[in-house]
Amino acid sequence: MAAFGFLDDVMRMNKRQLYYQLLNFGMIVSSALMIWKGLMVVTGSESPIVVVLSGSMEPAFYRGDLLLLTNHKEEPIRVGEIVVFKIEGRDIPIVHRVLKVHEKEDGSVKFLTKGDNNAVDDRGLYARGQLWLEKKDVVGRAKGFLPYAGIVTILMNDYPKFKYAMLAFLGIFVLTHRE
Amino acid sequence: MNSFTSRLNSLFAFTLSVMAALTFGCFLSTVLNDHLRPVQLSVGKVSVKNVPDYSADRERSDLGFITFDLFTDLSPLYNWNVKMLFLYLTAEYKTKDHELNQVVLWDKIVKRGENTILDFRKTNTKYYFWDYGNGLKGNENVTLTLRWNVIPNAGTLPNVRGVGSEVIRFPDQYTAGRF
Repeated sequence: MAAFGFLDDVMRMNKRQLYYQLLNFGMIVSSALMIWKGLMVVTGSESPIVVVLSGSMEPAFYRGDLLLLTNHKEEPIRVGEIVVFKIEGRDIPIVHRVLKVHEKEDGSVKFLTKGDNNAVDDRGLYARGQLWLEKKDVVGRAKGFLPYAGIVTILMNDYPKFKYAMLAFLGIFVLTHRE
Repeated sequence: MNSFTSRLNSLFAFTLSVMAALTFGCFLSTVLNDHLRPVQLSVGKVSVKNVPDYSADRERSDLGFITFDLFTDLSPLYNWNVKMLFLYLTAEYKTKDHELNQVVLWDKIVKRGENTILDFRKTNTKYYFWDYGNGLKGNENVTLTLRWNVIPNAGTLPNVRGVGSEVIRFPDQYTAGRF
C-alpha cells in the first residue's frame, strides 16, 4: 500500500478537484506549445531553440549547449556566422560555421560551411552531388548561447528509457499533487 | 512539509534560480561591449592560377595565393563572459557574376587564458582561395579583413569586424607552372 502513497492525494479529491487537476495539466501542455509557436513567429525560424548534438563545433559549443536562433528573410548570410541547416536525407539539422559566400545581384546566395572542430569543409556531409547550401536549407542562425541547458535532451536521446521514465514521472506528479 | 524529498526539491529549485539569475547578470554585464580592436594587416606575395577545382565542380577556376602579416593585441576583449574568440581572415570582393564574394582564408581559435597578442609574419593561408569562376585575375579590389566571432559563457554571439583592412591586387597574368 505504501508504494501507492502518492495516490492518497487523488483519493481525497472530489470530482471537481479532479477536473481541476486535469485542466491544470492541459494548461501546462498548451502554454508550452504557445510559447514555442510564439517564438517561431518572433524569430522567423521553424525551430527557434536547438540543442547542440555533436562535438563538431568544439571548443565553442559542446554537446548539450543550447542555441537561440533567428531566421529573418532580410538578414543576409555572411561568413563567420553560425548557421543551422538541414540536408536532404538527414533528419537532424547541423550547426556549422559559414566558410564561403557567393551572392548574386538578385540576392540568391550559395554558401559553404565547416565545423570548427572538423578538418575539412562540409561537402562530404551534403547530399550527393551537392556543392553549396542555399537560403532554403537554413533553419536559423545562432544568435544566443546558453551552456549545459540542453543536457536533459542529450540524456533523453542517449537513453530512451530515461525519457519515458521522466515523462511518466512528470505526468503523474502534475496529476496527483495538489497546489 | 519537512520531509527529505521536499527539502531536496526546494534546495534544487533555489539553486537553479540562483544560477539562472547569475547567468543573466553575467550576460547583462557584457551586452553593451562593442568588441572592437585595431588590426594591422599586410599582404606579401600575391599570385593567381587557373586550374580545375577538383574540390567542387571540376571547372577551371581562379585560385589565389597570398601570404600575409598580421599584428593585433586582443587582450582587452577578454572578460569574464568571453569563453573564446573565433578569428577569421576574410577576403571580400566583387566579380562579374557575383555582387558579393566572401572567402575565409585563415582562422584561429583563441581561448581565454591563451596568448592574445597575435603576431604572424609571412603566413600562408589555411584554406584555398578558390573563386567561384574566374574573377580573381586582374581583380584590384579584394579587401582583406580580420573578423571575430565572440563566444561568451552565456549570451549573444556577435560577429565583429576588426578596425583596419588591406587591399589585395591580383596580377592580370596567370602564374604558370606548379607554384
